[in-house]
Amino acid sequence: MKKETWKELTIGTINLDAGNSIKNLTGTWRSGHKPEFIEENCIQCFFCWLYCPHFAILVKDEEVVGINYDYCTGCGICAEECPSKEKSIVMVKEEIKLAEGETS
Amino acid sequence: MSVLKTLNGNQTIAEAVRQVDPDVLAAYPITPSTAIVETIAQFKADGLISGEFVCPESEHSAMSVCIGASSAGGRVMTATASQGLALMWEMLYIAAGLRLPIVAAIVNRSLSAPINIHGDHSDTMGARDTGWIQIYSENCQEAYDNFIQAFRIAEHLDVRTPVLVGLDGFIISHSLEVVHVEDDKKIKEFVGEYQQVYPLLDTTRKMTVGPIDFTDYYFEHKRNQIEGIENAPSIIEKVGKEYGESFGRTYSFFEEYRMDDAEVCIVVMSSAAGTCKDAIDELRDEGKKVGLLKPRIFRPFPYEKIAEALKDMKAVAVLDRSSSPGAFGAPLFTEIRNSLYDYDNRPKVVNYVYGLGGRDIMVEHFKEVAGKLEKIAETGKVEEIYGYLNLRE
Repeated sequence: MKKETWKELTIGTINLDAGNSIKNLTGTWRSGHKPEFIEENCIQCFFCWLYCPHFAILVKDEEVVGINYDYCTGCGICAEECPSKEKSIVMVKEEIKLAEGETS
Repeated sequence: MSVLKTLNGNQTIAEAVRQVDPDVLAAYPITPSTAIVETIAQFKADGLISGEFVCPESEHSAMSVCIGASSAGGRVMTATASQGLALMWEMLYIAAGLRLPIVAAIVNRSLSAPINIHGDHSDTMGARDTGWIQIYSENCQEAYDNFIQAFRIAEHLDVRTPVLVGLDGFIISHSLEVVHVEDDKKIKEFVGEYQQVYPLLDTTRKMTVGPIDFTDYYFEHKRNQIEGIENAPSIIEKVGKEYGESFGRTYSFFEEYRMDDAEVCIVVMSSAAGTCKDAIDELRDEGKKVGLLKPRIFRPFPYEKIAEALKDMKAVAVLDRSSSPGAFGAPLFTEIRNSLYDYDNRPKVVNYVYGLGGRDIMVEHFKEVAGKLEKIAETGKVEEIYGYLNLRE
C-alpha cells in the first residue's frame, strides 16, 4: 500500500477513509501460536466471540464456525475463556510467516 | 464607533469575548484569570452572548471540551493561568496536533513551588513547544487587540493552529486602563464568519479524528502540523495590518522603540516593556543611544526579522520573565542569541532573568542593564552572560 507524504495528508490527523482499519491485517502480528477451533466440543456459548479483541471469530448462521486468521493476533483469550468441558479452542504452534513486502 | 472604557485586562478580554461571541466557551476559573471566566458567565446569564458556556471540573477538562467542540465545528475559546495551563498540558499538544483553531487568553502567572499567584511567564514558556502560536501583550489595549486578531490568525485556512494570548498577571489583568473598545458590529465583521474544516457534526462524511499512528505515519503527521505554524507569519502580518486599517492600531511581530540610531538594545516582552520605555526616554535625555525591542510574537519565533533589527547593535540584553533551569540562558535569550549566530559581526548578547513571582522591575533596573550594555559596547568584553535583576544576592 502506497503511503502518503506529509504534504498529501489531510490536516489535523483527520482520516477521511473511515473504516480503513479493515485493510490492516492484524493476523500478521501472530508470533508463533494460533487458536484452533474444535467444532465437536463447541457448546455455542459465544464467549470467544464476545472476548475476542479483534472480531476474529467467524460466525455463520448464528453459530461459531472458526477463526478468521486474517485478523486473529494469536492472543489466546478465546482459548482461555472457552468454558466447554473439553476445550473447543486450543492454542497450537504455528510457523511465523511475514506479510508480503514486510521484513522482520 | 470606538468607545473609551476604563477596564482592567480581564475585563478587556471579556469584552472581546462578548463581541466575538464564540460558539463554545469552556473554562475553569483560576487566579489571576478568574474574572475573565466570571464575567463571561455573567454575560451568558444576562443574555449578552449566545455561545454555550461550559464550566467543567478542571482545566484539563476545559481544554478537552474545547477540543471536542472545535472538532465538532465550532469557534471555541478558553482562559486560564499558571497551574491551570500546566494542567492542560497534554491537551495543548492534542489541540495543536489536531490543528484546531482554539483561542486562549492566558493571564501569565508563576508556577509552584513555592506557590505564588503573581505574574511571570513560566506558564506559557513551559508551553512553548506545544505547537500553539504565542502572542504577548504589553497593556490592556494590546490584550484586547491581540485577542481579537487571534481568531483571524488561528482560523486562517493555511494556519489552523491554536493561539494563546498572554497578558501579565495582576500588572495587566487587574490594572485599570483606558481602553478603546471598538464597535460590536465592526469587530464581528473583522473576525468574520467561522469557516469549518471537516467538522465532526457533518454526518454526511465518514471520518476519524485523532486515530493512532504507528512508526509509519506519526512523523508525517507531525511535519504536516508544523506547516500550519510555519505558514502563520504572513497571516499574522496581514491581520495586524488589516486591524490597523480598521481600527487605527497596526501590529506586527515586534515593536521597536527609539531604535533608529541605537547602539545598544534591551529586549523585553509584555508589561515590563512599558516601564522600559520610560527608562529609554530618560536615558535618551541623557544622550545615551539605547533602544527597546519588544517581541509580540514568540511562536512562531520571527528569528529573521528580529536578527535583522538587532544585527547592527553593539550589545543586546535579553530580559526573560521565566527561567529554564540548567539551560544556557532563559527561553527568549536562547532564541535571540541563536537568531544572530549567522551574522559575522553579531552583537554581544547577554541575559537577565527578572520579575519571577511578580517581583517588581523598575526604571532603575533597566538603567542598570543599559549601563552594563554600554560597558560591553565600549570594551567588547562580557563579564557575565546571564544573571538576575532585582534579586537579593
